[in-house]
Amino acid sequence: MKYLANVVSLELVAEKCTGCGRCVEVCPHGVFVLEDRRAVITDQDRCMECGACALNCAFGAVSVTAGVGCAQAIIHSMIYGGEPTCDCSGPSQDPDSCC
Amino acid sequence: MRYTVKPGLYAVGLPTERSDVLVTANYKLSFDMVRRELKGLNVWLLVLDTKGINVWCAAGKKTFGTAELVCRIGASGLSTRVTHRCIIVPQLGAPGIDAAAVQRETGFRVLYGPVEAKDISAYIRMGYRKTDAMRTVHFRFWDRLVLTPMEVRPALRWYVYFAFIVLLFFGIAPEGILFKQAFQGAAPLLICGLAAVVAGAVLTPSALPVLPFRAFSLKGMVAGIVTMAFIQWCTPLLHGVQSAMTAAVWLLCPAASSWFGLQFTGSTTYTNMSGVQRELRIGIRFYIAVVVVAALLLGIAKAQI
Repeated sequence: MKYLANVVSLELVAEKCTGCGRCVEVCPHGVFVLEDRRAVITDQDRCMECGACALNCAFGAVSVTAGVGCAQAIIHSMIYGGEPTCDCSGPSQDPDSCC
Repeated sequence: MRYTVKPGLYAVGLPTERSDVLVTANYKLSFDMVRRELKGLNVWLLVLDTKGINVWCAAGKKTFGTAELVCRIGASGLSTRVTHRCIIVPQLGAPGIDAAAVQRETGFRVLYGPVEAKDISAYIRMGYRKTDAMRTVHFRFWDRLVLTPMEVRPALRWYVYFAFIVLLFFGIAPEGILFKQAFQGAAPLLICGLAAVVAGAVLTPSALPVLPFRAFSLKGMVAGIVTMAFIQWCTPLLHGVQSAMTAAVWLLCPAASSWFGLQFTGSTTYTNMSGVQRELRIGIRFYIAVVVVAALLLGIAKAQI
């Protein structure tokens, strides 16, 4: 199943890629493959913006805007400001909160 | 019942200084599932303090994170327990772990193991290699179905507030608040409201790949329209209902179902923040417009009674 087309913030700068394969190793949706010892994006729209690739690329070749993708959290931040957050850590969590 | 496990280094079987080191979160379910899949192996299991949250969610929040992993490696004295310098981190921990930084700060090289614990022993047997299936996250029918209770719960809270408001609106009369009048007037709304909860919080997640469009708000809307059509033409529930009220429920039910469907984006394995932001930017105008028009229609409906 794929989500909306052409919205994802994922970017790969080929010149910086050394072909280490970390992005292939961590991506849960097979967005990357190695071709000719360089990473290429197979299907941009499969990306869920989890950020694993960007965090694990030691060469700065991959960037993506990762963040909380929960509708409730985004609306909350639209109204009250601040970054969207699920805030589900700790024993003081409201049991009826969105998560 | 406590669902956290004390963080630290655990032994599975009888590990030696050459045994593999696996990492997991201190959520009891994660811990127990990993231990079950490791039965028969002799490995070390390093449990991070993720405040009782599972690996993938904790990775997103960075509690299953670089700092915690580095700290736990040091605190557990891992470098004195094993002579090698490799640790196997679950693949879904990757959003929180900077492998290069972990290696710089601890000397341990991170290998990202399979998505599911059940593939760990095969992964090790294959020389720490993953098949495509082992590195992919799926979102099949059962995976979606088990999430529906967590969609229904907040949806029902909305429903209760909605029910209270419409009962009050239809019950108010010069004599006071009349219960029989309230229920008779609001009945179509109460029925279709519940239908919207089922359509948006149960049907939409379950039938996700079958519903048209990629946007969840649209999938939810379609589920709501289908449900309304079923109620209108296959049940007697809306027989004799006046025009304004009929229009109101036909407007509100698909819109509410659309809203509940949109909420499901927070629970999937494949939607992204950019897409949800786009859905919200466009959708919020429609939701507000629907509420305004529906309120007008209900005013007319009350007058028609």
